[in-house]
Amino acid sequence: MRSGWANRGHPAFWAFVVHRISGVLLALFLPLHFLALSQAIAGAGALDAFLAWTRNPWVSASEVAVVFLLAAHFTGGLRLLAIEFIGWKVESQKALLALAGGGAVFFALLFALNLV
Amino acid sequence: MSTKGVLEREPLSSRARGEARAWVAQRVSAAVLALCVLVHLVTMIVAVRNGLSADAILDRTRGNLAWAAFYSVFVLAVGVHAPLGLRVVAAEWLQWRGRSADIACVAIGLALIALGARAVAAVAL
Repeated sequence: MRSGWANRGHPAFWAFVVHRISGVLLALFLPLHFLALSQAIAGAGALDAFLAWTRNPWVSASEVAVVFLLAAHFTGGLRLLAIEFIGWKVESQKALLALAGGGAVFFALLFALNLV
Repeated sequence: MSTKGVLEREPLSSRARGEARAWVAQRVSAAVLALCVLVHLVTMIVAVRNGLSADAILDRTRGNLAWAAFYSVFVLAVGVHAPLGLRVVAAEWLQWRGRSADIACVAIGLALIALGARAVAAVAL
């Protein structure tokens, strides 16, 4: 059975790569997210000071990227749960990939359009 | 693939049982997170509509048991799901397996739960 890079022509290989990379990046982001929210321990003012920094355009763009990572990992994960627990149907695979990809873009765009 | 019936197969080694439990825990936490993440995505999209401020966040979460319970479940599920996922990545891409990898996995899970619990307390209490 071919493994890894040899499968790069297959769309599901890219779904795997997106799922894995998004998972790793989200795992790295989470502690920062928790630390940011913990600013509220020092009161609303401390959290507001942090939120003011997030209004920087580069930070806002990064937020949209993180929301895309979350949405992609979420929709990709739903696809995997469907494959593992409902079963692999050859005819459904392209639709599942399209739904996962489209769903991720949908959430990220909706967030971005509400942010600006 | 074994052709033996289910009553004739040899019992799984403790390592194989452990791997099977990790696999199940990853899927169960994924199912919990599917709900949590959907709620979180919708909440974030609504929250940023009028500009994000500490008061807007804290007005929603402070003293609210329902939000505290929701985020607590979210944190626990993440504390299970993220380290197990990283463990698989470590095994496949870094060739890091065995006891030290498992200990790192547990440590990351505990650290995420601790940081997450502090964040939930910060916004909910």
